[in-house]
Amino acid sequence: MILNRRNFLGTATAASLSAKMVMSGEGGKPRVVVIGGGAGGATAARYIAKDSKGAIDVTLIEPTRTYYTCFFSNLFIGGFRDMASIGHSYGTLAAEYGINVVHDWAIGVDRDAKTVSLAGGGAVAYDKLILSPGIDFVAGAVAGWDLSSQNKMPHAYKAGSQTELLRAQIMAMPQGGIYAMVAPPNPFRCPPGPYERVSMVAHLLKETNPTAKIIIADPKAKFSKQALFQEGWADHYEGMIDWVGAEFGGANVAVDPDAMTLSIDGEVTNVDVCNVIPAMKAGRIAEIAGVTDGNWAPVNAADMSSKADSDIHVLGDASSQGDMPKSGFSANSQAKVCANAVRGALTGSKVFPAKFSNTCWSLIDTNDGVKVGATYEATDEKIAKVDGFISQTGEDAATRAATYTESVGWYAGITADMFG
Amino acid sequence: MHIPAMLLQMLFVVGFMLTATNANGGDIARGKQVFAKCSGCHQIGKGAENKIGPHLNGVFGRKAGSVVGFPYSKSMRRVASGGLVWHTDSLNAYIENPRILVSGTRMSFRGLKNVQDREDVLAYLRSFSDNPSDIPEADPTANKIDHAVDPAILAIQGDPEYGQYLSGECTTCHQASGGDQGIPSITLWPEDEFVTAMQAYKNKIRVHPVMQLIAGRLSDEEIAALAAYFGDLKN
Repeated sequence: MILNRRNFLGTATAASLSAKMVMSGEGGKPRVVVIGGGAGGATAARYIAKDSKGAIDVTLIEPTRTYYTCFFSNLFIGGFRDMASIGHSYGTLAAEYGINVVHDWAIGVDRDAKTVSLAGGGAVAYDKLILSPGIDFVAGAVAGWDLSSQNKMPHAYKAGSQTELLRAQIMAMPQGGIYAMVAPPNPFRCPPGPYERVSMVAHLLKETNPTAKIIIADPKAKFSKQALFQEGWADHYEGMIDWVGAEFGGANVAVDPDAMTLSIDGEVTNVDVCNVIPAMKAGRIAEIAGVTDGNWAPVNAADMSSKADSDIHVLGDASSQGDMPKSGFSANSQAKVCANAVRGALTGSKVFPAKFSNTCWSLIDTNDGVKVGATYEATDEKIAKVDGFISQTGEDAATRAATYTESVGWYAGITADMFG
Repeated sequence: MHIPAMLLQMLFVVGFMLTATNANGGDIARGKQVFAKCSGCHQIGKGAENKIGPHLNGVFGRKAGSVVGFPYSKSMRRVASGGLVWHTDSLNAYIENPRILVSGTRMSFRGLKNVQDREDVLAYLRSFSDNPSDIPEADPTANKIDHAVDPAILAIQGDPEYGQYLSGECTTCHQASGGDQGIPSITLWPEDEFVTAMQAYKNKIRVHPVMQLIAGRLSDEEIAALAAYFGDLKN
């Protein structure tokens, strides 16, 4: 029996397959399987399907039916976006690009047989496998916290219910209460993300709970866009935010989710919300596939192929590639280089040299947007930075407002580029 | 002792009057004649009002798109929000070919190709500033006299297949559907306008930092390829 796209679309159907069953491509077409439907995976699937014009059979495995982007989820916390506006379905990728969208968890990769097994049963065969699973958390990274604590002390670093939970907890804080964040060590998803989040929390609290305080325990001595954020915090949220960096014990942290306490360098504080963002590693399917070295999956810069297996490519946060930050923009950029290379390998289409770029916008307060960006190239060793820029401190309000407007346009652009 | 000094001074004054050259390089009187090409749309001087174009009193140092009450195009408003300020070099580029700086501007003017014409008309415009002598002849960051794209570059035939690949770097922000919320549309442009705009970023005549970065490392052939691809992009 050969499964076609229509009966493979739903989880219910997928779950009914026997574990031995292997899906094969339609009419002997080369098969690409993409695991993870975020900025890397959705983009790669869409570009391969679009540019191969049906010559490649593309399957996208993504457990969620509605994907909430991590980028702009801080703006939900700040009250600038609703959840519906950052949620995206895979309907267009399935209907207009002919991608087999499978809503299931990939739980195994057999690199010899070249198959991916699914939690719902069954397996999917590939000629090229693209892993774009995002991040998971390093166990034991924050003393006292594990995944079972995430309802008491949310990470909200995968967007969706965690994001809504964190905002609800902030809204429920007593007047004058304390929001604490345990920030992650490098490298981690979205380097300005924790600090944009603090800005958005401060924005929300300034409106609803102006005597509240924010504490950030940070294992790092410095952070992304630090001068811009600290200038903005002083301008907009004076006296509200206390950043405790490495030299003041920010790395020596423990939490007690039942008691709702945070210990920084031995000093215990009762907190009302504790947003624990632990150290990160590649999404676990990368480890299961055996392509990780330490916490991340090393790749070749020219085509994002795994250094462990030339038929596997790893995109975005999960990859270890060199100088690019772990961001949705980076993953999207890498996906297009990868898609071009995969298509070339499977159909003989022309492969062009890799070009990468990234820009990260952050919102500090209403109409106060900042950005940082760079271009990158592939060298034998890594993805190497070519040139970059960053917003300046002291910029006028019009420039900052224009930067924010631009970020809203970018959101519309990248999500159209991912989901069609 | 005083006589040679006086003589010198007189010679200087006479010399100044003879050439009628403003201390900033352009010839104001000649600039007034050149301005005839502008005066169909723009007024300048006492009592000047907005007509088809905004009045030009005090244009030096003014933020683009900032004359109160003038209905600027969406393109001009967008460029203005990106920080364009009218100074010698930006005005020089704009009057050479308005589309070097603002694609989609409503200023339908084919431009002053002659360098001297531009310098003279700028001298004339400068004379309607509050303190004309404080305005430098050229900006410290001024690039070059000519801003227009070399016809040889405009003539490059782009490879749309290569453009399609390169376009991935654009569509992270610019929507392939042509949507222009927050970030301008780049589809279905005439190819020469596309190239003119990208070359202006590449040469840092346009100020947007992301676009300077992206365009800065595209070769002339790559820009032509993108122009060919986006110019014909059907949805």
